[in-house]
Amino acid sequence: MSLDRLEVEKIAHLARMQVSGAELDAVAEDLSDILDLVAQMDAVDTAGVAPMAHPLHMAQRLREDKVTETDQRDHFQAIAPATENGLYLVPKVIG
Amino acid sequence: MHNKSIAQLSASLRGGEFSSTELVRHYLERIKNLDERLNCFVTVAGDQALQAAEMADQRLREGNAGPLTGIPIAHKDIFCTSGVKTSCGSRMLDNFVSPYDATVVERLQNAGAVMLGKTNMDEFAMGSSNETSYYGPVHNPWDTDRVPGGSSGGSAAAVASRLCSGATGTDTGGSIRQPAALCGITGMKPTYGRVSRYGMIAFASSLDQGGPLTRSAEDAAHLLQAMVGFDHRDSTSADEPVPDYSATLDEDLRGLRIGLPKEYFDEGLDSGVGDAVMAAVDEYRKMGAEVVDTTLPNTGLAVPTYYVVAPAECSSNLSRFDGARFGYRCDDPDSLEDMYVRSRGEGFGPEVKRRILIGTYALSAGYYDAYYLKAQQTRHLISDDFKQAFDKVDVIMGPTSPTTAFAIGERSNDPVTMYLSDIYTIAVNLAGLPGISVPTDLVGGKPAGLQIIGNYFQEAKLLNVAHRLQQVTDWHLAVPEGF
Amino acid sequence: MQWETVIGLEIHAQLATRSKIFSGASTAFGAEPNTQACNVDLGLPGVLPVLNREAVRMAVRFGVAIEAELGRRSVFARKNYFYPDLPKGYQISQFELPVVGRGQVEILQDDGTAKTIGVTRAHLEEDAGKSLHEDFHGLTGIDLNRAGTPLLEIVSEPDMRSAREAVAYARKIHQVVRYLGICDGNMQEGSFRMDANVSVRPYGDELGTRAELKNLNSFRFLEKAINFEVERQIDRLESGAEVVQETRLYDADKDETRSMRSKEEANDYRYFPDPDLLPVELDDSFIASAVKDMPELPDAKRQRFGQEYGLTAYDAQLLTGSEALADYFESAAREAGDPKLAANWTNGAVSAALNKGGLDITSSPVTASMLGVMLKRIVDGTISGKIAKQVFEGMWSGDGTADEVIEAKGLKQITDGGAIEKIVADVIAANPRQVENYLAAEAAKQQKMLGFFVGQVMKQSRGKANPRQVNELLTKKLRG
Repeated sequence: MSLDRLEVEKIAHLARMQVSGAELDAVAEDLSDILDLVAQMDAVDTAGVAPMAHPLHMAQRLREDKVTETDQRDHFQAIAPATENGLYLVPKVIG
Repeated sequence: MHNKSIAQLSASLRGGEFSSTELVRHYLERIKNLDERLNCFVTVAGDQALQAAEMADQRLREGNAGPLTGIPIAHKDIFCTSGVKTSCGSRMLDNFVSPYDATVVERLQNAGAVMLGKTNMDEFAMGSSNETSYYGPVHNPWDTDRVPGGSSGGSAAAVASRLCSGATGTDTGGSIRQPAALCGITGMKPTYGRVSRYGMIAFASSLDQGGPLTRSAEDAAHLLQAMVGFDHRDSTSADEPVPDYSATLDEDLRGLRIGLPKEYFDEGLDSGVGDAVMAAVDEYRKMGAEVVDTTLPNTGLAVPTYYVVAPAECSSNLSRFDGARFGYRCDDPDSLEDMYVRSRGEGFGPEVKRRILIGTYALSAGYYDAYYLKAQQTRHLISDDFKQAFDKVDVIMGPTSPTTAFAIGERSNDPVTMYLSDIYTIAVNLAGLPGISVPTDLVGGKPAGLQIIGNYFQEAKLLNVAHRLQQVTDWHLAVPEGF
Repeated sequence: MQWETVIGLEIHAQLATRSKIFSGASTAFGAEPNTQACNVDLGLPGVLPVLNREAVRMAVRFGVAIEAELGRRSVFARKNYFYPDLPKGYQISQFELPVVGRGQVEILQDDGTAKTIGVTRAHLEEDAGKSLHEDFHGLTGIDLNRAGTPLLEIVSEPDMRSAREAVAYARKIHQVVRYLGICDGNMQEGSFRMDANVSVRPYGDELGTRAELKNLNSFRFLEKAINFEVERQIDRLESGAEVVQETRLYDADKDETRSMRSKEEANDYRYFPDPDLLPVELDDSFIASAVKDMPELPDAKRQRFGQEYGLTAYDAQLLTGSEALADYFESAAREAGDPKLAANWTNGAVSAALNKGGLDITSSPVTASMLGVMLKRIVDGTISGKIAKQVFEGMWSGDGTADEVIEAKGLKQITDGGAIEKIVADVIAANPRQVENYLAAEAAKQQKMLGFFVGQVMKQSRGKANPRQVNELLTKKLRG
């Protein structure tokens, strides 16, 4: 399995992560090597094997519907890159 | 002072031999003098530590101290600590001071343990050598040209060089056990769900588990005792009774059935490490344990399966690092898209990026079945291997890592070779089982680890088995020269 | 060519829990920005979700109400995409295994016949925050108070064939969630949001390419947007162009839909089971406790109103529009002892007055019992139906109870035969020509002409004479 530059660019876009043109070839090669490793899974027939998402066979616990949190806005926003009037600021959302 | 075990320190503190403040000062001094050569700590929280020590001394004076009161420990920099930077080894969180405490941090604090600082780690716990940290590699105290293992390399090296009496770590594919082995200490990954993941920055949620790194199994029992237990803030936390881990440490091992999986002793294993592991197994034979051959036929699937499951979960877990509400934001973003791609592109290092990209790919339209679904199925097969093995044995033993510590830089440009260094530890995470690594005899002057794997929630048994070895051998007492 | 419209709806109902679906922050509407966004809602590093029992209970109630198969084992999945109002970079939703499976509701069509609309599924998920685009030096402000509010996304089958049917379906779902008390249904506040998938096809053909219409925050806009979109698609197809699969935004000011993004840019959401949450298992006891206080649902109530009170299907439909209205009617009917009369008044005068005043039934100045007492006065002959209108107006403007208004304004019906007899005699005496004409007319015509005299008598009595008595007396006197 090998990925080309174009595919890496597509994945990088999905992940919203800059991969510079200079890095693309090296990244494509690394990812291809990892996919080769991963391809060893194909050697086993897994037809009929139930997928395992969790190590424990537990069911989801349910919380009581109670308000337990208080306003900590100032505390939380002290670590924010940009805020104004209690809002988080980000570059304009277009559209 | 720094050569004493946690139990010994606790006794000295209660006996008034020295105060927690003196003890903490002593460790801070050691860190100041020695850590330059090791780079174990990202943050040393001296002032907070001394404050906490004072409170511990108060409790000691009042006579309501617990076994950990006043004991200086370090937290892997993946656990959120309010008021002290939590970087996760990443530029992304270089400016991040968590507004809340992780459950593990809170519990150890309530137990009276004193946090000296936060330890270096592979970026977002992704690595087996501690070379992916934004803060530079950690050096192995046994040979500073070599890696300490990872991702909890800072914790392992700090405990091995006695810069703290114990430390926390996290283990997603071997990140506690492998550095423990490479640094010659004891490291335990508990059963998935045993230690709360709340406040532990997620790498791969279905695999991550916190645990202790200490100089002995006895110390591990003390530290683990304070870390475990049900947490209503973590949906995957297990509501299982917590035994007294120290109470059963000395139990007799006659009749213990030890399984040696043949797949863990294959051609990939360094022969010196293999001999050291077998020497440890022989000690158990002498104690009356029964050694049987066992098989984990799908062992070869573990690394490939892991490198789908872990990256897939990480690609999603790390989406929250987007420059909007905390952490790194690139300079002068000219659009929302630009803020995302540059903050993430500049904030994450190459290994984290590789895993996010692989995970994104494995979950993307058209590939989900071939990768993610397939890996969930092979995960099931791997888990079933253990189930069958535990029908016939009480514990499984083998090497923790196929080799001793490798040189810094040796594998950093070859991700796949690096990934294979976790071949014996990864399956345990996929199955969610508990595992512990204890030092064997040195191999060519360097530490190696015996891995002991137990059935679900058998932490007490693992600590008992590990402790008995440490009663009949002095391997765990070896200390690196110069520290 | 004859075109057929095909519509499916996706409805997002905010569940009326106190706290969020995965955190203990409040869901109250209208707080200062980000004061109800806790560390879990902000997606801070290390936080974990824990599921709110009440949200599951509400979803189960909905599932039972629409006769759906319940997902005995449902799984939360992550829907991955980047947007500033989505703090974690993924929305926790349900994908393969929703909590509510296939179900159905009935709608009444314009011709009065019923039609069944399939509900494909309903799943639990978390709401996103809000982006505020007012000018913050060219930046966007993000308020995450809404992030993590529980939503039930209700997805219909493409079973609707007109905008009217789509509205009837949406109203039906709105009615059900409000009856169940699981959603306040407030569209202005975004508690009940609708998206429509619209396509057209030549009759009997395979499904055409659909457009997804967003931002439909009232039933009126839903209807208008679909109608606009259907026209647009037919125009395109008839002119030889194609319909593009895309998301379109309805602009109420211009009454048109316009393209938001096309399929090429469609996201690859990379759904996978959320490893921070475990499968939700519904056992019999949970389901039993969730439905143990289920209210009577609109359909059952409507049928009962028809059978028990002899109401027309139309009246019953109107009266069961909301539980509060149905309750109002029933207590007025009980008080009055005449359900049909109570139905006429509730659907007539009461509804009209509420509409005029922009009020809800729960804030009506004339309570159900006040109305009931007034109706009882009609039944027992104290006032006539006509006078009752004055009494109602009096009550509405705060003049007191029916009896107080009747007393204060002297509206009591005159039933004293002597008094009426006198007025009748006066009217006959004052209109000799009309009497003459009356007597000369045929019997059939006489009945009609009697109306004139009745009118005169009522006028003289200022409406208070008992009409039945007036009729009888007039007939007797004129013929006599």
